[in-house]
This record gives sequence, C-alpha cells and structure tokens, in this order.
Amino acid sequence: MPTFVYMERCDGCGHCVDICPSDIMHIDKTYRRAINIEPNMCWECYSCVKACPQNAIDARGAADFAPLGHSVRTLREPEKGTISWKVKFRNGHEKNFVSPIRTTDWGSIPAPTELPPPSDEEFESQVLAHEPDALNIVGGVPTLTSDQFRKGVI
Amino acid sequence: MGLFSRSKTHFVDSDVLVIGGGMAGCGATYEARHWGRDLKIVCVEKANIERSGAVAQGLYAINCYMGMQWDENQPEDRVRYARNDLMGLVREDLGYDMARHVDSTVHMFDKWGLPMMKDPESGRYLREGKWQIMIHGESYKPIVAEAARKAATEVYNRIMVTHLLMDEKKENRVAGAVGFNVRTGDFYVFRAKAVIVAAGGASHIFKPRAVGEGMGRTWYAPWSSASAYALPIEVGAKMTQMENRIVLTRFKDGYGPVGAYFLHLKTYTENAYGKEYESTWYEHTKGLVGDYIDMHPVPTCLRNHALLEEVKAGRGPIRMVTKEAFQDPHKETVGWENFLGMTIGQAVVWASQDIDPKHTNPELTTSEPYVMGSHATCSGAWASGPEDFAPDEYQWGYNRMLTVDGLFGAGDTIGGSAHKFSSGSYTEGRIAAKAAVKYIKDMGRDVPQVSEDEYQGLKKKIYKPLENYEVGRNQITGGTVSPSYIQPMQGLQRLEKIMDEYVGGISSHYMTNEPLLTRGLELLATLKEDLEQLGAEDLHQLQRAWELHHRLRASESVTHHTLFRKETRWPGYYYRGDHMKLDDEDWHCFTLSQYDRNTGDWELEKAPVYHIID
Ligand SMILES: Cc1cc2nc3c(=O)[nH]c(=O)nc-3n(C[C@H](O)[C@H](O)[C@H](O)COP(=O)(O)OP(=O)(O)OC[C@H]3O[C@@H](n4cnc5c(N)ncnc54)[C@H](O)[C@@H]3O)c2cc1C
Ligand code: SF4
Ligand code: SF4
Repeated sequence: MPTFVYMERCDGCGHCVDICPSDIMHIDKTYRRAINIEPNMCWECYSCVKACPQNAIDARGAADFAPLGHSVRTLREPEKGTISWKVKFRNGHEKNFVSPIRTTDWGSIPAPTELPPPSDEEFESQVLAHEPDALNIVGGVPTLTSDQFRKGVI
Repeated sequence: MGLFSRSKTHFVDSDVLVIGGGMAGCGATYEARHWGRDLKIVCVEKANIERSGAVAQGLYAINCYMGMQWDENQPEDRVRYARNDLMGLVREDLGYDMARHVDSTVHMFDKWGLPMMKDPESGRYLREGKWQIMIHGESYKPIVAEAARKAATEVYNRIMVTHLLMDEKKENRVAGAVGFNVRTGDFYVFRAKAVIVAAGGASHIFKPRAVGEGMGRTWYAPWSSASAYALPIEVGAKMTQMENRIVLTRFKDGYGPVGAYFLHLKTYTENAYGKEYESTWYEHTKGLVGDYIDMHPVPTCLRNHALLEEVKAGRGPIRMVTKEAFQDPHKETVGWENFLGMTIGQAVVWASQDIDPKHTNPELTTSEPYVMGSHATCSGAWASGPEDFAPDEYQWGYNRMLTVDGLFGAGDTIGGSAHKFSSGSYTEGRIAAKAAVKYIKDMGRDVPQVSEDEYQGLKKKIYKPLENYEVGRNQITGGTVSPSYIQPMQGLQRLEKIMDEYVGGISSHYMTNEPLLTRGLELLATLKEDLEQLGAEDLHQLQRAWELHHRLRASESVTHHTLFRKETRWPGYYYRGDHMKLDDEDWHCFTLSQYDRNTGDWELEKAPVYHIID
C-alpha cells in the first residue's frame, strides 16, 4: 500500500513532506509536485494522506501481495474531531466507518509550568508530575521493600 | 577537509537533551519541564514529533493500565504477568516501578482529550482484556506531541542523531550528541548535562516476509532503526537480553495485530482442516521448557511455537475464526476500526484480496524477528533501578541511568522491562526525566565539556557517504552497480540476509546454532568494512546510511548475545539447535554485553535475576 500522488490535484504545498515519518515524500524538481521516492520504505501509515489539504494522496496495495482494484480512503477533520474511512473491496463491496479523534480543543493542553512548582519534598520522593492525585488512589505511590526480593529460579 | 564536511555547524546547549520524540521521548520532555522549571530542555527528532515513532498512525488500545482506582490490578500483578510471559526473566524492579506510575499517565491522556472508550454500565474504561483498555487513538501521537511542545524549550525536527559525545574531562560521562539536518544538511552539535535516549526499537534487522514493494509493510515501523541501541553501545553502555528478539503472530501480509481479536472479539485459531491445534503440542513443548508451559496465560513465544510446529507438520495455514464473531455488527465494526486506527495496511490487504472476515477466516502467520524493549520482549540497555527498593546489583546511580554517567533511557531503549507498551514507555520517559533533573541538580558546576577534536572527527565521518558517491559515481556510466561503493538499500538487504540465514530468521524457522552464529559474525564484520564505502546520493540516503550503521551495530549485539546464551529460553522466538532445551540451572540469569570502541571487542557476562516473593 505505498502512496502515490494524483498529478492534477497536488499543488506542491509540502505538507506531506513535512509529516512523513519515513522521509519519503519529496517534491519532484521537474513537476514541482510531491512523489513517494522510496515506496518500499512506506509503512502505509497514512500520515501524509491525512495531512494533504488537496486529498491528492492515495495508497495502492503493495504489488507483491495486493491485487489491484481496491481502495481505502480517509478524511480527517480535526475541527469536527472525527476521522472517516471508506473501504472499497476489489469486488466492489464497500464499508464505511467514522471515529472520534479528540474530546478537547486542539492546543488546549496546559503546559507543565501551569501546575504549581513542586516542593523539595516531592522532588526527593517517588512522585511524578500530577501524582499522587492523578493516581486516583489513597495511600500515595505504592512501594516495596528490598527484602521482598530474592535471587534465582522462581 | 572533505567536500561536504564544510557544511555549517550549529551548537545547541541544553541541560536535558531528549533524543527521539516518540512516546518515551514526549513523556521525558513533559516531565523534565515539571521538575526542571528553569532548565533548558531540548528534544531532537529525526522526523516530525507530530507523527513520529511506532504510534505515527495511532493505536486502538492502551495495553498497559492497572486500574488501581477500581482495584482491577496492582503493580505486583503486572510483574507476575511480564515474568511469566518472558519465561522468568525480567527486571522486576523496573516493571514494578513503571506499573505503579502508569495509571497517572493514562489519566493525563484522558484529560488532555484522547477519546477513551467507557463501559456504559460501570463507567470505567472499557477493557479489551485484563490489561488493555480501548481508545479511539487516531490522534494519540498528535495529542502527546502537543504536550511535549508546550514543555520543551526547543524541539528540533528532521535531525538524525548519529553519535553521542563523551566528556573530555571525566571518563565514562556523556556530554551531548551530534547529528545532521536531513533537509539542509547542516551539522548539529548538542551539548548537554544529561542525555535521555528514547529512539525506539528496531525493524529491518532480519529479512522481512515481503519480497519487493511491500518490504516497508513490516509490523514495527520501518523507521525504527535501532538508534536506541547503537548510540549507547558505541559509548560503552552495557546492554542486556539482546538475544530476546520478538516474533509476532499477526494477520498475513498486513501484520494486523491480533490482541483485540482474541481478547475482545473472542475469535480463536484453527489449522487448515478446522482443528484446534495448540493443545496437541502440549507434551512436546513441556519436553523443551518444563513447567513454563503451564503458566497462565501461556507465554507468547510458546503460542508461536505451537503455530510453527503445526505449520511444519503440514497443516497450515493457520486461520483466525472470525466468521462467527463478525455476525455481530458491533464486533464487526470493532474489528475493522481496530486496523484503521493502527494498522491501516491490513485493511488494504483484505480489501484487495476480497477477504471479508464475516465470510472468510483470514490467515495468520509469524513475522520476522524485531528487536525492542517495550512489547512482549525486553532487549535493551542495562539500567539502574528505582532508589526506594531496587536490589544493590541493579542500582548504581539515578533511576533509568545506563552504565554511562548522565546517560538515561526509556521505552524501547531500556532492557529487562517488557510489556510497557505505549503508556508504559511514556511513563518510563517521565521516570527517566525526573532522575535526569536530579542528576543535573546534584552535578553543580562540574559540567561536562565536549572536545572539538571529537565532534570535528565525527563531522568528517558523517558526511563521508556523500563523498564516496560523488567520487565513485564519476567512474561509471550510470546505474546502481559500482565497484567502489554500495548504496544504503543494498547494504540493508545484505544485513537482513545475513541475520535471516545465520541468526535465526524466517527462512530457517528461527533456528540457529554456534557454527551459524560464528559465521554470521564473520559476515557482519565484512559488511562493517563495506559500510565505510557506503555511497549516498543525497541527504535522504545519508539518513538511510546512518540508520544502516545503527542497525548493523545492534545486529552484532544480537548475534553475540545469542551465541552467549547456551539454551533455548524462548522457543517460538528463536531456537539454538545445539541447545534445544531451556536450562534454568545455568541460564536463569540476564546476559550483559559491553562493546569497547577502542578495540572493537565485545565482552559478555551474566547478571542475577531477582524475584518478588510469591
Ligand atoms: C503496529 C503496532 C501496534 C501497537 N499496538 C499497541 C497497542 O495497541 N497498545 C499499546 O499500548 N502499544 C502498542 N504498540 C507499542 C507502542 O507503540 C510502543 O511500545 C511505543 O511506541 C514505544 O515507545 P518508544 O518511545 O520507545 O518508541 P517510539 O514511539 O517508536 O519513538 C522513537 C522515536 O525516536 C525517533 N528516532 C529514532 N532514531 C532517531 C535518531 N537517530 N535521531 C533522532 N530521532 C530518532 C523516531 O523517529 C521516533 O519518533 C504498538 C506498536 C505497533 C508498531
Ligand atoms: S500535501 Fe498534498 S498538495 Fe501538498 S505537496 Fe503533498 S500531495 Fe501535494
Ligand atoms: S503513508 Fe506514511 S510512510 Fe508512507 S509516504 Fe505517507 S507518511 Fe510516509
């Protein structure tokens, strides 16, 4: 399922180049449009497909095991907080799915500095940020004593 | 001075340097800011943290959540589970430490906006199995990245880190790292007081099952390039359990995970003739591993073993029986969304081959081996344990510090602590970052210094593949065949072939022995010589060249470890044909290795395993 780019849709904006974790979406110097320069290092993660504002990128099952005639298309709508999928089989059958992707506003996560600064006592103890409260248990961070350990076969 | 070593050099000074902005790296970046309010925290990533690492396409489950608030599981339970699954050998101190904190991590994700599925009756997180909770995790990575960006002083995307730098004054102390920008080609020298390596696991060490265009459709991401191992190995950090590579039973060709299918959808496997087969291998497996076959759940490697034996007996392919479960429309939706949320390629394979699991039971197969430290496997660096209870042999400094001063690790980097998954890796990043801040505060003014000689030498070395190509290319009329250089992909394919045929990959049904491993090491040594002649046409290939260097170093480590452990501890992951049985008397221990960068020698030793009573 490596990706490919439709000539008439791509405007060369470079979003896909910026996001591809494999560094394989590049802008072709002659056509000034995106191409997958190394399809056999594509994970079909769809990061580029989701990021393309023109819906210019699609995937085609890898030639060594996937017959032609299928498609898996997606539309990610961050402002709506959803992602939609359309799966089309070789035999023409179709399946559609929609899932939520986020329950809060984009950009709304508070920086750790918005928490009160930790005390020396917390720094010396085993708690991490937001703990012990964020564990939702009484008694604080659980611990063990080293005499509970023994060497060797179980 | 060579052609390309004239590239511009940038110096970046920091207190905490986080290498790799995946799950563990984002956790480390966030936590470092909480404890080090006034510190300079820098995260450096070879891709873009918005969608990098193993979670780039999202996940459909968080595989490690205790649920202590509802008394569903306690950290001790997690330790027992991981210990059983890894045939007795895990660092129980590290596992307990991760498990006691992991719930607070998951509660943070929930608050930040990750859609968690809830049980409509109890209101609790919906369980897929005893340990897993279900999420709509398409945006898992963007959410985690948002928090990391808010915490970091600076995030550097598209910088491939190639080497760590050591302090010029104090022996065995880290002082930073170097790398190059994959877009501009500029050289970067990161000077830091503490370094956290969180660069993920390793795919493409062994030859994958796909034979062409599909070779990137591996289970673990093709960009998991073993930097997490090569970086510490090369500065002399001790490694552990590198022989414990993992093989996964997955849906054929797309590598779609089976967890939700077994646990939530209650599908099950059968052989080509519709028969249950696992129980028929019980006595045979007991003969190899003794009582370990009686553990519940059955260890992952032993389930692989039964599948492999059944296929070798001529009763393959093995299929997942989905036809019954998929009659329920809710289950059918979960089955599909599970893949669309984390392994889209499996949906593509099924669509292309007209496999609708409602009408066809899909095939399963075993994957090529991977090297990693966060799944049902525990390869990685040997780390110091938690201060409050780790046994003396497991504690020489700060929590999650490796055997090099100031060098920390988390996630796939850390060995001995299996079953962390996404949430546990993030949590381990948090643990390592708090310890790194402590290390810096205790350090006072005695700060590390990088030597100009060292980074200038590395600069020359890093750009050499571009020069090799430039020079060699003029010798030939065109094409990819040169007598003076090999390309990164050609080198990668040689590496995969050596590892596959000599170190226990798919083509030998994961079988190896001492003569094979010894020959494998010879072949790796000549490949290492050839890597001095890698030719890179552009910066993209230069990144591939250094990924290959890292993969080769990790492969050497895997091979030495496999040779050292003279038993078959994990049948189904790999077999030592000359030592087919598990041997608790001699090998109920960890294996440790150390590489000497001056001599190129590897030293191996055993380290004790401690168990929590009961
Ligand atoms: C298909 C699949 C399904 C999974 N399913 C689940 C699941 O259902 N639930 C669950 O909890 N977990 C699951 N996991 C496991 C989880 O993804 C990992 O355990 C976790 O991501 C490991 O975290 P990490 O930070 O160690 O590595 P990663 O998240 O992979 O991060 C490593 C980072 O380092 C960067 N990097 C690497 N080398 C360099 C370098 N040289 N220079 C700079 N940066 C570098 C990478 O680009 C990456 O961003 C799954 C994984 C896969 C692949
Ligand atoms: S994101 Fe889309 S439009 Fe922009 S360069 Fe890539 S393929 Fe072309
Ligand atoms: S699917 Fe993923 S790996 Fe493939 S080109 Fe797109 S972003 Fe890159």
